[in-house]
Amino acid sequence: MSMPVPALDQLWVYLSASPLLHLLVTFVAFMGASYFNRLLGGTPLLHPVVLTVALIIGFLTLTDTDYATYFEGAQFIHFLLGPATVALAIPLYDYRERVWRMLVPILLSCVAGIVTSVTSAVGVAMLMGASRETVLTLAPKSVTSPIAMGIAEKLGGIPSLAAGLVLITGSIGCALGPVIFRLVRVRDPSVQGFTMGVAAHGFGTAYSFSSIGAVAGAFAGLAMGLTGLLTAFILPPLVHLFGL
Amino acid sequence: MPLIVGMSVLLGCQFLGQILVHELQLHVPGPVVGMVVLLIGLMINGRVPEGLRTSGEGLLRYLTLLFVPAGVGIMVHFDLIKADFWPITVTLVVSTALTLAVTAKVMSWLTRSMPRDPHDEWREERP
Repeated sequence: MSMPVPALDQLWVYLSASPLLHLLVTFVAFMGASYFNRLLGGTPLLHPVVLTVALIIGFLTLTDTDYATYFEGAQFIHFLLGPATVALAIPLYDYRERVWRMLVPILLSCVAGIVTSVTSAVGVAMLMGASRETVLTLAPKSVTSPIAMGIAEKLGGIPSLAAGLVLITGSIGCALGPVIFRLVRVRDPSVQGFTMGVAAHGFGTAYSFSSIGAVAGAFAGLAMGLTGLLTAFILPPLVHLFGL
Repeated sequence: MPLIVGMSVLLGCQFLGQILVHELQLHVPGPVVGMVVLLIGLMINGRVPEGLRTSGEGLLRYLTLLFVPAGVGIMVHFDLIKADFWPITVTLVVSTALTLAVTAKVMSWLTRSMPRDPHDEWREERP
């Protein structure tokens, strides 16, 4: 009561200018979302990352903060994506014999997944009457965001929107994955993990580690890297077939 | 100290990856090449050093958190998404479902004759 409003205002200006606030907001939102997800029995329909992102966007909208300001704090977390991607080599090394044994199925199903992903995305988007730019932006949706941005740019799509759509695809993949696996009766954790990596890149990889197991995580990481590499070669001629 | 050694190995591989991408003009992100570099290193070394495992698995355990800052970036594109909302939504859901189904089906068909690993965690998804 005794605190006058201008002082609070100044305190806010001071706090929001330092990266500390938005770093803390990210951690707290993540903890809250994870707790809420556990309360709901760990449902894949409300992915903790999606809830975290929604909470943070809500906070930023309420406090009238732009994304650049938020990212100044959050970049410390974002930075760790690099070493985490490198660390995917560890589970891959642990399961190297299995990967080697399954090498031919791995390569073939990866190509099958990419062709399905690109043709269905371009086909459905064209049928729904999306603009040419949107269609080209949707084409690389299943690829990890830095690669997808590069592909979208080369094709004539919108790179920054491609990055956003990639993230939505990732969360849709995590929600649909368990349902689809039950429908097509696939139980092998290596197949489940690999599929999640092909369709939902890093989100699918994180999901595989946390909800299926270490084998699935290793195969998902492999699939994510492989899909990124192969899509860069397969996608342009495929999109060309649609006359784009 | 082992944690610091582990983190240095990860960052070192990423660094090498960035250099390779830049020098060879590859269209792949540096960390992905860094992953290949580390994998080759582990194969030569023949085992995963303790510190590297601790820091690597620590990072992977919180992999989902690391996507949050980029995910919040979607707020910048709300207008673009609104303009093509239905085509984008239907495309993402249909295409992702098809990709999951086809990939899973093709791979389990191709591996149908392979021996199953008895150590697999056959954990069913939670209801």
